[in-house]
Amino acid sequence: MAVTAGQQPSLREAKGWRRTKNRIATVLMVVAFVLVLIPLVLVLITVVARGAKIISWQFLTAPIPPSVAPASEGGIGPAILGTFLIVGLATVMAVPLGILGAIYLNEYGGKGVLARLIGFMADVMTGVPSIVMGLFIFSIWVLHFQFSGFAGALALGCLMLPVVIRSTDEMLKLVPNPLREGSYALGATKARVTTTVVLPAAIGGIVSGALLAIARAAGETAPLLFTILTVTTANPNPFKGPNTSIPSQIFSNATSAFTGAQDRAWGAALTLIVIAFVLMLAARIITARFTRYSR
Amino acid sequence: MTQQTGPAGTAGPARPLSQRRPFGDRSFQIITLGAGLLVLVILVLIAFSTTQQAAPWFKAEGWGIFGKTWNPPSNQFGALAFIYGTAITSAIAIIMAVPVSVGIALLLTEVVPYRWARPIVYVIDLLAVVPSVVWGLWGILVFVPWIAKIYKSIGSAVTGIPVLENLFGPPTSGASFFTAGIILAFMITPIVTSLSREVIATVPAIDKEGAYALGATRLEMIQGAVWPHSKGGIVGAVLLGLGRAMGETIAAALVIGSSAVITSHLFAPGDSMPAVIANQFPEATGTFRAALIGLGVLLFAFTIIVNVIARLIVGRAIEQGSA
Repeated sequence: MAVTAGQQPSLREAKGWRRTKNRIATVLMVVAFVLVLIPLVLVLITVVARGAKIISWQFLTAPIPPSVAPASEGGIGPAILGTFLIVGLATVMAVPLGILGAIYLNEYGGKGVLARLIGFMADVMTGVPSIVMGLFIFSIWVLHFQFSGFAGALALGCLMLPVVIRSTDEMLKLVPNPLREGSYALGATKARVTTTVVLPAAIGGIVSGALLAIARAAGETAPLLFTILTVTTANPNPFKGPNTSIPSQIFSNATSAFTGAQDRAWGAALTLIVIAFVLMLAARIITARFTRYSR
Repeated sequence: MTQQTGPAGTAGPARPLSQRRPFGDRSFQIITLGAGLLVLVILVLIAFSTTQQAAPWFKAEGWGIFGKTWNPPSNQFGALAFIYGTAITSAIAIIMAVPVSVGIALLLTEVVPYRWARPIVYVIDLLAVVPSVVWGLWGILVFVPWIAKIYKSIGSAVTGIPVLENLFGPPTSGASFFTAGIILAFMITPIVTSLSREVIATVPAIDKEGAYALGATRLEMIQGAVWPHSKGGIVGAVLLGLGRAMGETIAAALVIGSSAVITSHLFAPGDSMPAVIANQFPEATGTFRAALIGLGVLLFAFTIIVNVIARLIVGRAIEQGSA
């Protein structure tokens, strides 16, 4: 087709005010990202700078001293023990239940009313404030069985459950149907297909979703306030007696007037952030290495 | 496969395969159903058990629960100041976080190439993984002392100007409604960003290409193709952010100033529902404790309503988009 030069529309970039507006919009988007970057970088720099000064093997293992003690004394050993016990128990309860729930949603419930309701309410449940979970466990558990690490684990478990359900559900949706159909054709039951074909195919995504849920739970303070009663002594038995955790210690030290206590809070904050980042990094690596199906 | 051991055992029309499921298969289904139902059970239990514990407050105060005065020593438990504080701080957080979040979501979906988008998503994820208590610690020890000076100079600058004086004038304090709003904005940005991005990603490529083919600039394409398609979903994402901001406890408890007042002064210390629960629960007994749990019930009700509406909107937006 012969098109003369005169008829050809201009394919060059828009000019004048239109172009300026477009440029301004793009710059504003970049500015938005920078605005988010600034507080993140400031927080991380402060936590690393002030936390690194105090962290040592002794800090991570020593008992919690009274608030007046200088930064060189004591540590947060009991808090680290408590966090591992509480988050560990919460994981043991919430992750298997969450995976089972997601299996119901995706493999059994399908598009039925009940499955859609449960899926919807799991989404809604992720928005329930963590402090409400704390009050809930206080009302049904602590009032009858006293404060304990286990009560804290129940609260964290309630927070993790919908997150695990949702992330697992997303991963199960990605497993291609021919895989299931192939196994059914060989005569396998649904339970067998699910446990030996569908779950292994999605395991990378499921594990990384669970790790992210654990990372979030490890940093939660509000649900622990009324369930473990933040003490300063180590309590290796999560089923009996009050306990403590890293975020609870940060919370009680943050308002302290003593610089030693504040320094310990920074050290604990760095410990907590490192734990969360390691979990997140592990999730990323697992996603990259072991995910067979992705969006 | 062919050995049929049904109770009747008679020859008849072949049964559907589903009726011959072995016991293990059926029990697995029931276990998974139980795990799924746990979500509904927990939600109902939360509503029931906390309302029961809060009953003394509801009974003692009646509609007085929405009263203005919160004075535990004289047994006055009106929650209005905290509801006001929650509303104000969430509003500040939303006003600051939404433009930024939508901007980043557009940057990720429409501007940068894929290999640049990933690091940006990592940064947003990092923001999401910083625990609330760490924001609070940084807030109270670093941010509050720093911003107190800025509030003070703004406060003295606007003294005498009618409306601005009421909003930004003295008394000013580093720990205030506004500070809590800023910290909440940092905390809700990741969720608003990721949901907006999900919604915007469902805009059909053909709409966008059509806009470009008509000679639109990127901004005009966003206005003409992306915005009409995704504004509903973004409203849902914003509501979800609102739900998070309303319930965010520890960071707010540390930087809001803990003062149960209703004032138009944004730079003055205030208090919010979750913050007052966290700060006053340890010493509370009797009606005082019931009142704090009651605040939790109100908070639960507010956030459930906001979340249900938000999820309905977002769900519909994504479904329509990908259909």
